[in-house]
Amino acid sequence: MILGYAGKFLEVNLSTEKIKEVSFDDEVLRDYVGGRGLAAKILWDRLGSKWEKIDPLGSENILLFLTGPLTGYFPGGRICVSGKSPQSNGVVGSTVGGEFGVELRCAGYDGIIVTGEAKKPVYLFIKDSDVEIRDAERVWGKDAKQTVKILTKECRELLKERFPLYGEWKEPALLYIGPAGENKVRTAVVAAKWTHAAGYGGYGAVMGSKNLKALAIKGTGPLPPVADMKKIERLIRVVNDNAYESELWRRWGTGAGGYEFGAKTSSEPVRNWQNEWHDEKSFGVDQFENRVWIKQSWSDFGCPTCCLKIAMVKNGKFKGAITDNPDYEMQAYLGPNLGIFIPEENVFLSTLIDDLGLCGIQTGNVMGFAAELFQRGILTRKDLDGIELKWGDAEAFANLAKKIALREGIGDLLAEGTYRAALKIGKRKNLDVLQYAVQSKGISIGAHGIRSGKDYPEIISYVCSVQGGDHTSTAGLPLAGGGSELMEIFNDSGVYCNFNSFGIPRNVRFNFYTAVTGLKLTRKEWCSTKALRVLQLQRAMLLLGGPDQKWNPKVHDANPPRFYEPLLSGPYKGKTAKKSAVEEYKRRYYRAVGWDKNGIPKSENLRKLGLQDVDRALENLRRKLPP
Amino acid sequence: MLVPGVEFPHFCAQCEDYPCVQSCPVNALSVSKKTGAVLVNTKTCIACGKCISACPGRIPHMHPNGKYVLICNLCNGNPKCVKVCQEGGWDVLKEISREDRNYKLYARRPEETTRDLALKIYGEKAEEFL
Repeated sequence: MILGYAGKFLEVNLSTEKIKEVSFDDEVLRDYVGGRGLAAKILWDRLGSKWEKIDPLGSENILLFLTGPLTGYFPGGRICVSGKSPQSNGVVGSTVGGEFGVELRCAGYDGIIVTGEAKKPVYLFIKDSDVEIRDAERVWGKDAKQTVKILTKECRELLKERFPLYGEWKEPALLYIGPAGENKVRTAVVAAKWTHAAGYGGYGAVMGSKNLKALAIKGTGPLPPVADMKKIERLIRVVNDNAYESELWRRWGTGAGGYEFGAKTSSEPVRNWQNEWHDEKSFGVDQFENRVWIKQSWSDFGCPTCCLKIAMVKNGKFKGAITDNPDYEMQAYLGPNLGIFIPEENVFLSTLIDDLGLCGIQTGNVMGFAAELFQRGILTRKDLDGIELKWGDAEAFANLAKKIALREGIGDLLAEGTYRAALKIGKRKNLDVLQYAVQSKGISIGAHGIRSGKDYPEIISYVCSVQGGDHTSTAGLPLAGGGSELMEIFNDSGVYCNFNSFGIPRNVRFNFYTAVTGLKLTRKEWCSTKALRVLQLQRAMLLLGGPDQKWNPKVHDANPPRFYEPLLSGPYKGKTAKKSAVEEYKRRYYRAVGWDKNGIPKSENLRKLGLQDVDRALENLRRKLPP
Repeated sequence: MLVPGVEFPHFCAQCEDYPCVQSCPVNALSVSKKTGAVLVNTKTCIACGKCISACPGRIPHMHPNGKYVLICNLCNGNPKCVKVCQEGGWDVLKEISREDRNYKLYARRPEETTRDLALKIYGEKAEEFL
């Protein structure tokens, strides 16, 4: 057995209510590490042969909650949620912060595999090796804060009753869905704590389709044993010192971006990406600090960065709205992207989105899309059920968000996500509205534009990513460099927080892995074989797709048309991405990761990595798209 | 964290009359002469849980596997939690020398501290969460 792993995975079949423990061979854990990598492997092994027919929102889909060997040791633990994505029909490794991963490993498991579909709403209660499927009727339909409150109380009472002598129980770690997940909205999140969210991938909808409202876990054991504790302590110090010194994130969280990215690098979505520059001083981070932040630092277990702030609206129309730090993505997508430049309104919308269990990025994107169609007169007031969807009207957007979460009227259509909604509206109105949809392969693009060229994503970052528009998994060259997707795969597979690894020497994370597991791993080895294997698996499943949408790399490996429109104002006025440069870069990227001209992984490369069955599965696609 | 956003460390207050030590039926608990912290003799402890009920802050915890109770022993005079807090620059925890004060006053149950802190942070809005 490899050190650093608990060695057991919990498999829960909700249809038959059977619970068992499974484990994986050492080779599998060594090659795929955990988290996103292992998720790709498990999904391919179990569903690969019939991937195209699996409905992501059906009972056949598998929902995975996986940790990695570094979870709990590397400062800032996370948990990776995965499965067949209802957004991209591929695999997305969506990670969320909080204590869930650490508690899970302390309970003696490396991950939870959920199959089947419960007949009525349930939640999973785990205390070390005691696993129980419990009735969740009383929290079904409740918003995020209510769910947390009721379940925390219920679980603590349960623990007190069962272990009366233990002392005072702390709250269990929770993963749960809001009303949006229950209604299978494709932009629903799996939320943790209050309210961190795994948004990309839409796994909230998958959880809802399985009638699984929440998972509550309490582990009392130690973390799994490691190879070299002394070395880990030393490395934790390196990471912590680096985090203590980066004043930016410790003081401002990522919140400073709201103004910085908009005004300085010109890469923030403004009115559904019609522009990427604004100089509204009212949206500066100092405004947030003075007007709405009530707690300066809040962090999850073991995290030195403390990027969370707590914001509350203190007066005015939206008095009483409380949320955790509208971070940069929330600030951008629920702010300038909807034409809103007032911190209070932004906090109000962010609170609402959290409570409904929606993804702020993707719901912000689809609402911006709807507002642009309203601006252009394509969607009328009648289409929008009487909502006057003007830019900057927070209440109108709040009404729309509620409709989306409950799938009422126009909300039912927009709940399908930007891409699918665009197709449907296009069909209904007989117009090409896909040109206003800013997404890549079904996944909305994160709030980092490429047109000005001053932010970190490159022109093919979203084009070639195996996770579509995911801004935390962007493609780029060189493959072993910092901007490459392969390094992101390591973060998501070791399952720890991206933010704590900014600025540390590159080899620290691999040394960390070696200290935990006792296995040698270098950056070169990771980038040339292991990460590449995960990348090819994800790419293969993305291209196989189905059942409702399939991606043709010739058509869909492209930036949204909006990114070729010149910027309207600001210091980078007129700048835009060049189609020829994108094509050229794309060709180079294909060659580097071993894909053919059509973007399909090459046969010999797959065989070299030991993925013969993937190669066979892609044969059909290759025939359809001759080189 | 019983209320969103309200997290705080829950520590032994080192009461001057040591109700936990007095409640122990087998004399497994003692007071350290050097630091004043409560020491547990793991061999004699029978895990009866009496100290947990006696403690005004419900600080002691049962060991998940072993049959004995866990109480903060101040890391033999060098508390690690204080060190981490100071290094990280939070400056919440400090080492102070023991004086003739009513330390028992600071022994609070998590629910009580949560209530006070939540009211302080959220104002009247906190009543909804409590």
